[in-house]
Amino acid sequence: MRSKIFVEVTARFDTDGSLTPLDLVWEDGRRYPIDRVLDVRRAASLKAGGAGVRYTVQIGRCRRFLYYDRPQWFVEGKD
Amino acid sequence: MERIILHSDLNNFYASVACLYDPDLRGKPVAVAGDAEARHGIVLAKNDAAKRCGVATGNPLWLAKQRCPGIVFVPPDYDRYLRYSELTRELYGSYTDRVEPYGLDECWLDVSESTTLFGDGKRIADDIRRRIRTELGVTASIGVSFNKVFAKLGSDLRKPDATTVIDRLHFRESVWPLPVGALLFVGASTRRKLEKSGVQTIGELARRAPEALEKLLGKNGRTLWLFANGLDSSPVARTTAKLLVRSVGNGTTAPRDLISDADVKLVLNGLCESVSTRLRQKRSICSGVQLGVRYADLTSYERQRALPLPGRASSILLHEAFSLFRESRSPEKPVRSLYVRAYGLADDTGAPTLLPDPPQTRKAETLDAAVDRLRERFGYESIQKGLMLTDRRLAAFAPTAGDAIHPDLFFKNETI
Repeated sequence: MRSKIFVEVTARFDTDGSLTPLDLVWEDGRRYPIDRVLDVRRAASLKAGGAGVRYTVQIGRCRRFLYYDRPQWFVEGKD
Repeated sequence: MERIILHSDLNNFYASVACLYDPDLRGKPVAVAGDAEARHGIVLAKNDAAKRCGVATGNPLWLAKQRCPGIVFVPPDYDRYLRYSELTRELYGSYTDRVEPYGLDECWLDVSESTTLFGDGKRIADDIRRRIRTELGVTASIGVSFNKVFAKLGSDLRKPDATTVIDRLHFRESVWPLPVGALLFVGASTRRKLEKSGVQTIGELARRAPEALEKLLGKNGRTLWLFANGLDSSPVARTTAKLLVRSVGNGTTAPRDLISDADVKLVLNGLCESVSTRLRQKRSICSGVQLGVRYADLTSYERQRALPLPGRASSILLHEAFSLFRESRSPEKPVRSLYVRAYGLADDTGAPTLLPDPPQTRKAETLDAAVDRLRERFGYESIQKGLMLTDRRLAAFAPTAGDAIHPDLFFKNETI
């Protein structure tokens, strides 16, 4: 499985300029709503290869890192 | 109060960024390389694995391949490097507003006023390194000292991802045994002169009489003596201060050897136009032009001359560069690479001066500015001098920032 998966994301810009991802479209074409953003920080992903703003997101019972490396969003794949 | 200066140097910057973005490259010897097809085939940067095989920056690609058969060449990605460079400067900015860039991958930071908030110099350096590693996925070596010269020296001592402290009490033990070439601004020719007169180490330089050094190296000799004794007092510029650019230059290796004067003029025209455009973007004028020439046999030389009046029109730059070339060239030798640099930069204040402003100079300026605007809107090739149509292949190199060769690299490469 590829370790870097680019995903389509719907996000909201707040009036203070902060950016919050609302849902993402997975490889299988299904759209998953993001229930919560647990953490936002700048981070590198050695596994996927890249760096950007890393959102720790809760989707259902699953927690994933979602990276915004302008101009693209990506998640780390599972090996 | 004792100053606390950091010098942060991103390790193998271009190659590290390449390896971060392509996990398959990690662990392999990697070099970021110019375009071999267009004969820009030199190593711009390499990672540690390639370095261990003896690959050096400036090596032609065939030599790198010979020294390190498994080497992987990747093309440069200047946009990404620039973005990374900005991100690191933002990160430094969270510790101090005194950040002075030295190229894309190096910066000085004066953190003297920040220690009450963040801890001592070593602590700040370690924190910056940790953040560069986790937030940006690359590593940095940081030197901590009481002046800029020793901070820079410290960052060179241990790589990768290390902090080196050089303090006032111990610098004689740690710095003085080092070879004199490790000191900032001791280049190859200064080093040779010093070694010839018996100065091998920084300590020997420090113990020489400054007058003797001045005799040997000119004004520079006294400066180096101050450096070696830890007496450099130059300040770290504030972030907000305008970047001091002392020269603007552009060089290229032509896709084929240049035989006739017309060939050379065509390439010089492209270079002068790009230098002239960059001067206008910086709102600067220059007082002189420098020309660098490398022949096909890889021997090279430089010549320079002051302009009759400070200016930046491409036609004037071309006129001076081309006449420098005609006066100095060996007629029988084909030319491989050319370099044009505008030096003695000053702000173009637009204010009236006492100097005469001949109408043809003003005309040339207006013409250049109009060409800039057309190219901005319709592309570089939308307007060209007729000269450029005489050889499409030679004219095809796009003199953009991505093609610029760092002046230090120009004569360093391909000399083996």
